[in-house]
Amino acid sequence: MQNDIVVEDVRKSYGKVQALKGVSLQAEAGKILGLLGPNGAGKTTLIRILTTLLKPDSGRATIAGIDVAKHPMRIRSLIGLAGQYPAVDEMLTGRENLVMVGQLYHFSRKASKERAQELLEQFSLTDAADRTVKTYSGGMRRRLDLAASIVARPAVLFLDEPTTGLDPRTRNDLWEFIRQLVDDGTTLLLTTQQLEEADNLADWITVIDHGEVIAAGTSETLKSQLGQDVLELQISNRSYIPQVQTLLESIGRETPHVDTATGRFSVVVPHGTQSLLEAVRVLDQQSIAIADIALRRPTLDEVFLSITSASEN
Amino acid sequence: MAQQVITQSKVVPAAQYRDPSLMQSLWWNVTDALIITRRNLTYYVRLPQLLVFSTIQPVMFLLLFAYVFGGAIQTQNGNYINFLLPGIIVQTAMFGGSVAAVGLAEDLKKGLIDRFRSLPMARSAVLAGRTLADTVRNIFVVLLMIGVGHIIGFRFQNGFLNAVAAVVLVIAFGHVFSWIFAFIGMMVKDPETAQVAGFIWVFPLVFASSIFVPTETMPELLQIFAENQPVSIVANVVRGLMIGTPHDSVWLAIAWLTGIYVIFVPLSVWQYRRSAN
Repeated sequence: MQNDIVVEDVRKSYGKVQALKGVSLQAEAGKILGLLGPNGAGKTTLIRILTTLLKPDSGRATIAGIDVAKHPMRIRSLIGLAGQYPAVDEMLTGRENLVMVGQLYHFSRKASKERAQELLEQFSLTDAADRTVKTYSGGMRRRLDLAASIVARPAVLFLDEPTTGLDPRTRNDLWEFIRQLVDDGTTLLLTTQQLEEADNLADWITVIDHGEVIAAGTSETLKSQLGQDVLELQISNRSYIPQVQTLLESIGRETPHVDTATGRFSVVVPHGTQSLLEAVRVLDQQSIAIADIALRRPTLDEVFLSITSASEN
Repeated sequence: MAQQVITQSKVVPAAQYRDPSLMQSLWWNVTDALIITRRNLTYYVRLPQLLVFSTIQPVMFLLLFAYVFGGAIQTQNGNYINFLLPGIIVQTAMFGGSVAAVGLAEDLKKGLIDRFRSLPMARSAVLAGRTLADTVRNIFVVLLMIGVGHIIGFRFQNGFLNAVAAVVLVIAFGHVFSWIFAFIGMMVKDPETAQVAGFIWVFPLVFASSIFVPTETMPELLQIFAENQPVSIVANVVRGLMIGTPHDSVWLAIAWLTGIYVIFVPLSVWQYRRSAN
């Protein structure tokens, strides 16, 4: 029995709106698949189909070899889901929420209580365990929601934009918890709008836009898909900006981006280090002092923007 | 793609999962519903004011009707409180069900229904747990109203067993009608709308009925409606059991309730299953 998520040509429309126009993807067992895309790309629809909340119009999706549409009850025992907004009961305490979920997975009351205690400790919620969720902060709710999604130690876990609306510190804490889950052997499908999140967490990234997969790969391959490295360069004397811009235009593959306030340029270059050396040489010939120069891989943001704008054309 | 076998003991291997047996499914319908009932009743413990205010309102109705309209309304034996109380507890049980519409719409809005739907629990449990909790609350309110009624002069006239039967019928009536509210809550998906939509159909059934006044003085067409609609039939039977007035057959009342139940339970569960959007 394999532990993968396999999606084959899944389609779903709401009336005339095609939310998914034939999506196919796979997630390897014990790994994190990042589903990356802007708002309305179809990420949530796909998660809802995989978690049995929604039936696809056509296509096939299996989790651990079990057909999602044909055996929803079996799938539900196998998966965990944390949606876009924490789905915890405000009027119950954190502990009561977890015990209730355990019992609804048909664990005994005793086992549910033990598991709740374990999770409260794992997610640093012991102090707040017996307070109603109403009194929790946003980060605590997320943690409780995440804890609720793994009560049954699911083999496959779905997190729909798990860190939306969290401050950077709370987000980093949550990332830590998410990494731990995968260390425990869970296969994770995670949706996000943030490239940084996908870059940080995911082993494999599928980019989806307008209901279609437009790119897939590791964060490294996606970056190299854009091809060339980015040359970053800063000059101390800003009066040379127009001159440097012209020079860099001849070296780079496109119009350089300039931050006129700082005199900082970035440009995609075709030949890596060679291009860097060339830039140093020509600027030296013109006696323009370089404050800082570096070659870097493109950020996922740049990759994403270039892929999504390509898919629109 | 490399296939990696999960070796860590922490995750339950997928091969262990089986569809539940029929007996197990049936049993889970009961136990899951009770877990949700307990959760809904916790609200009343955490928010005692919710219970207080939702209790004050029907008691106030009872007092207002008894003293404001009591003098003006002519009933056969001239004792309006004896006429009113059986009717007004039917009305109270019905209004009590509206909590189901609002509560479920709220659960939907907050995403709790999504979580429940992603769990391997019985499909009926969230709704059954909602209506059961409302029924428990109804039992409390109805008994309280009978107590208050007693203080202001209401007396059972027809023996202990008939009185018990009347109370059981009122509670069953409230339970059956809360499934209609549950269906509305799952349909409209928004707590504010559920509040309004929940009540629109209730008023004609409650006021064009024999709950507060005898139907004889109503215009003819309205009278035909008022005498043959389920709320009147149940109210008449409850009144008959409590104070011995002539009434329709108990079986007719039970037939109505059974009919509504077998329509609205599957309808609500169907709506719950497809509530994903």
